[in-house]
Amino acid sequence: MAGFLARRLIGSVALVAVAASLAYLLAAAALDPRAAYAGRTPPPPAAVVDAQLTALNLNDRTPLAERYLTWAGGVLRGDFGRSVTGAPVGDDLKRRAGVTLRLVLLGLVCGSALGVMAGALAAARQYGWFDRLSTAVAFLLLAVPVVVLANVLILAGTWANDHLFGARVLLVAGEATAGLEAGFWETLLDRARHLVLPTVTLTLGLAAVFSRYQRNAMLDVLGADYLRTAMAKGLTRRRALIRHGLRTALIPVATYFAFVFGALLTGAAFTEKIFGWHGLGERLISSILTDDVNTVAAIACLAAVAVLVASLAAAVLQALLDPRVRAG
Amino acid sequence: MTLSEEVAEESAGEAAPPPPPSRGRMVARRFLSSWQGRAGALVLALVFLLAFAGPLVSPWSATAKDFTSFLAPPSAAHWFGTLRTGADVFAVTLSGLRRSLAVGLLAAVVCTALAALAGAFAGYFLGWTDRVITWVTDLLLVLPAFLVLAVLSPLAGPGRWPLFVLLLALLLWMVTAKMARAMTISLRQREFVRAARYLGVPPVRIVLSHILPNLSSLLVVDATLNVSAAILTETSLSYFGFGIQPPDVSLGTLIADGSRTAVYAPWTFWFAAGLLVVTVLAVNLVGDALRDAFDPASRTTGKRR
Repeated sequence: MAGFLARRLIGSVALVAVAASLAYLLAAAALDPRAAYAGRTPPPPAAVVDAQLTALNLNDRTPLAERYLTWAGGVLRGDFGRSVTGAPVGDDLKRRAGVTLRLVLLGLVCGSALGVMAGALAAARQYGWFDRLSTAVAFLLLAVPVVVLANVLILAGTWANDHLFGARVLLVAGEATAGLEAGFWETLLDRARHLVLPTVTLTLGLAAVFSRYQRNAMLDVLGADYLRTAMAKGLTRRRALIRHGLRTALIPVATYFAFVFGALLTGAAFTEKIFGWHGLGERLISSILTDDVNTVAAIACLAAVAVLVASLAAAVLQALLDPRVRAG
Repeated sequence: MTLSEEVAEESAGEAAPPPPPSRGRMVARRFLSSWQGRAGALVLALVFLLAFAGPLVSPWSATAKDFTSFLAPPSAAHWFGTLRTGADVFAVTLSGLRRSLAVGLLAAVVCTALAALAGAFAGYFLGWTDRVITWVTDLLLVLPAFLVLAVLSPLAGPGRWPLFVLLLALLLWMVTAKMARAMTISLRQREFVRAARYLGVPPVRIVLSHILPNLSSLLVVDATLNVSAAILTETSLSYFGFGIQPPDVSLGTLIADGSRTAVYAPWTFWFAAGLLVVTVLAVNLVGDALRDAFDPASRTTGKRR
């Protein structure tokens, strides 16, 4: 196990290094930070622009290889460089990581819990009314892209505010009301009101995927001998299903859970952007629009690390949960 | 000759007289006997009919502007209403639908072909070929596809959407390739592949004429599901301005524009969004029914996005 993990770790680190370098080179070659200065009135002198860009390691007149080495050297020392406005990228991303984590964790926990429950219930009564209903809903949700789902929820939220609550209960922009001066509980309530709709967006999409996974895993388990044995020894079907069936069926889903968590770090970008949450994903979109090479590269690096850590965690989790994998 | 044909012929040998139904006909019959297959195919046919025959019955073209009605609700003159620019929503939506369908289909074809070749070659030759291809696959899986597409989107500027399709395909092939590789590894031990090898058939020809046809069921199903994946990715990218660039329109750009006016002019948002969801749903249903038709034992549904 340890040797297997070590080999995987070395391979992963190499993969992250190449992925991050590739992302930096792509971004540095394709994005044009100089364009931001061209539109200014009065136009700044060329020498000033050059000096400014060089200071940020963004000057396209410096050879790409040289810029890359400067950047890579900085990253090795834990310095991700500066954004186009001159602020250190690392500090900005650290703050945003917290925002993203709050959204993603809640969405993922709600989504997987809902999906696992729906999938397990559907499989327990295959082709029953709940199975058909949940399948239909899951198929519908899988066909709705996040950008549509988020906008539909915003419309639904504003409609509910106007017609059901008669007050602005659900807030659709940002993570907290700006400049809110209130006690602990009011702040918490305010955050919760902002959190509802983005969380629902993430939850619905994830629940649909998880319910399909769980249903399939559960159906595989249902015909297993040990389940029949458990019932033959006197367990009720319900107890056998929960104690023996659900636990086994959760293994592939747990693996998938770890994997999704890594992908969601940037996968929540659309949700964040539409709801105006200042998280990592939102920064990724805005940094591409503002030709912010260093930020793009840093987020790509983070995303690659997250995906690989997640897949490593998935492998470990599977080994812990499934004795057969451990033995093999 | 594909695997199931072999099996079909073997089992048909006992019952003899009536010739076994061809594999294609068997799959088609199973496909059409499931309600998912029927509903999906019907809806998809209707969507295509709407996209390509709709402009013939519409009095407005996608580029025409009606300067007498801006942001007007649906009426007899404008069936889906008008946008802020005076463009007819019906005509514009159909134009976007055509573009989204073209992007989805082309990207799926290119990406599945790429996946098939990469997977089959990696799985058949193993060794260094496999190591390199697997490594590239892993690398592309680790890099966020959205980031690469968004950074490179300026390359595919206005009017150059085929380049965008190519980029999309280049970032969607990895999962299918991994499955194709796994299937190839088991196929290369089969008798007919070994026989071909011992008969001196060149390796590349073995891959092309013995391995790839036997991957066809996986590939057809994945191509279908890749259509919906490509359409969804295109929509999200276009929504944020990284995909199809104006003056071209796609469902993604329409949804982006429509979402800004959706509160007071719902027709600008709901028609494009609704058509998109219906299209993707139909494609997914077809893909699912196809999978069951090719492999009735699998019954797994909706396992991949």
